Amino acid sequence: MAMAEPLARVSPGAPPDKRPRADGEVAVACRNVSVRFITDRRTVTALDDVSFSVENGGFMTLLGPSGCGKSTLLRVVADLLAPTSGTVSVLGRTPREARLDRALGFVFQDAALLPWRTALENVSLPLEVGGHRGLPAGAPTPGELLRLVGLEGWEASFPHELSGGMRQRVSIARALLGGPRILLMDEPFGALDEITRDRLNEELRRIWLQTGTTILFVTHSVYEAIYLGETVLVLAANPGRVRAAVEIDLPRERALAIRETEPFNRITAKLREHLAGEA
Amino acid sequence: MSASTDIAGIGSGIDPAEAEYRRAKQREALRRKVLPCLGILIGIAVWAALVEFLKVPPFIAPSPLVVLETLIAKSDVLLSNLWPTVIEAVGGFIIGNLFAISLATLFVHRKTLSETFFPLVVLINSIPVVAKAPILVLLLGNGFAPKIAIAAVISFFPTLVNMVRGLEAVNPQAMELMRVLSASKREIFLKLRLYNSLPYLFSALRISASSSVVGAIVGEWIGSNYGIGALIIQATYAFDSALLYATVLVGSAFSVLFFMAISLAERLIVRWQPPAVA
Repeated sequence: MAMAEPLARVSPGAPPDKRPRADGEVAVACRNVSVRFITDRRTVTALDDVSFSVENGGFMTLLGPSGCGKSTLLRVVADLLAPTSGTVSVLGRTPREARLDRALGFVFQDAALLPWRTALENVSLPLEVGGHRGLPAGAPTPGELLRLVGLEGWEASFPHELSGGMRQRVSIARALLGGPRILLMDEPFGALDEITRDRLNEELRRIWLQTGTTILFVTHSVYEAIYLGETVLVLAANPGRVRAAVEIDLPRERALAIRETEPFNRITAKLREHLAGEA
Repeated sequence: MSASTDIAGIGSGIDPAEAEYRRAKQREALRRKVLPCLGILIGIAVWAALVEFLKVPPFIAPSPLVVLETLIAKSDVLLSNLWPTVIEAVGGFIIGNLFAISLATLFVHRKTLSETFFPLVVLINSIPVVAKAPILVLLLGNGFAPKIAIAAVISFFPTLVNMVRGLEAVNPQAMELMRVLSASKREIFLKLRLYNSLPYLFSALRISASSSVVGAIVGEWIGSNYGIGALIIQATYAFDSALLYATVLVGSAFSVLFFMAISLAERLIVRWQPPAVA
């Protein structure tokens, strides 16, 4: 897709190659975070003493089996859930402050579009609520974001007229509105067919390179975790805890075909070992 | 479609398979319109034949032809009695539904109120209309008021229940989205809950459109000398079966039109694809 034109506007002054990779600033830091849910039958420990951090502009994928608390972890960072113990810092502030300041964008597993709004109106929703009426100077408009995600010409379509992949693109555009520093994605491509999923993986990498947004991405696909991430945080279940944080030593520009290469396979094998390391 | 045109459409415009598909579809649409009409006609014919051959006396049941004659000959009487019923039913419909929508809004925002009064509402609703009607006639007298009240009460309950459900049955991820966006309660109500409730609301409005007419007519049975309900009672006591049938037809025609008006409003307002609403 020809995307060259709107890209300059998406990240003014930060061309992809010169974007600072690690400027020392930490985007998200969790220290000894535990989350327990009390139910009638038992107390569930969703997260047990989880610590990790993501540098500014990083791309971390959270990989683990169901029940490992990876979605819970994302919700703690987004201030949708308070941890039972431990501290979370988002850009040096509390998650609540970060949320009120719109430093976070969230992409849900089902696109969570409002069915009575067109694609463009869905992307504009963040400007109508929460006291954030205007876009920051230089930030891309809803229309430009739809173009960024490859939906030019679909602005007036309602969600039921769009395919599952297109709905998820709208939801990504909505999360990017206002230029959040951090994008939290909760298995956004989990319900899509493999072909659509591959294409969106490729485009998400491209969007990340172009915007410089820090991304935390939850998935249970090993391939997706490696292809997308600069770091993979491997989680174990019952209780949810960190098993390993694996740096992905692959080039920044990645074609999908990289998944059939030797280095990729070595990382896959390593991650599978970590995943299987469960008692 | 594009694949089939590639194969068969050699510059000829529409390919034969596609044309055949369209013709089949048109035939199907025609069938769906013609067959029900045919059924109605057969029903009327059987009715006419039974009255004719069994020699049913006119004070027991009229022949359809006589009913048609009466509809035309007494159209002024029928119409002058239709208007009060229309006013009562529509008035009650509007009042009852406005109350229900307001109360549902209140219930969604004040859980304690909902938990305290919802059971009472269910209890009152469980009283049959024919039992509620005399109570309201005693309370409100003999004019328009009790009939409007009955129509309102009858409209109120389905709308209250559905509206509460529609306001609450919001996609949990959409709720989380609103929280991530730091939306206020008011914004969540106006941007999310209200729209979400509209398909639920309309499914209740369609029910209460018909039942408000029933309410008005039942009200007129109990104490009135005008309206469709009163005319039904008078015609029955006078053994004027033709007038009775004509009155019933006028009443049902109004009920159907009211229902269709609400369905039309729904189609104009709810333009997105709503989730399956029971």
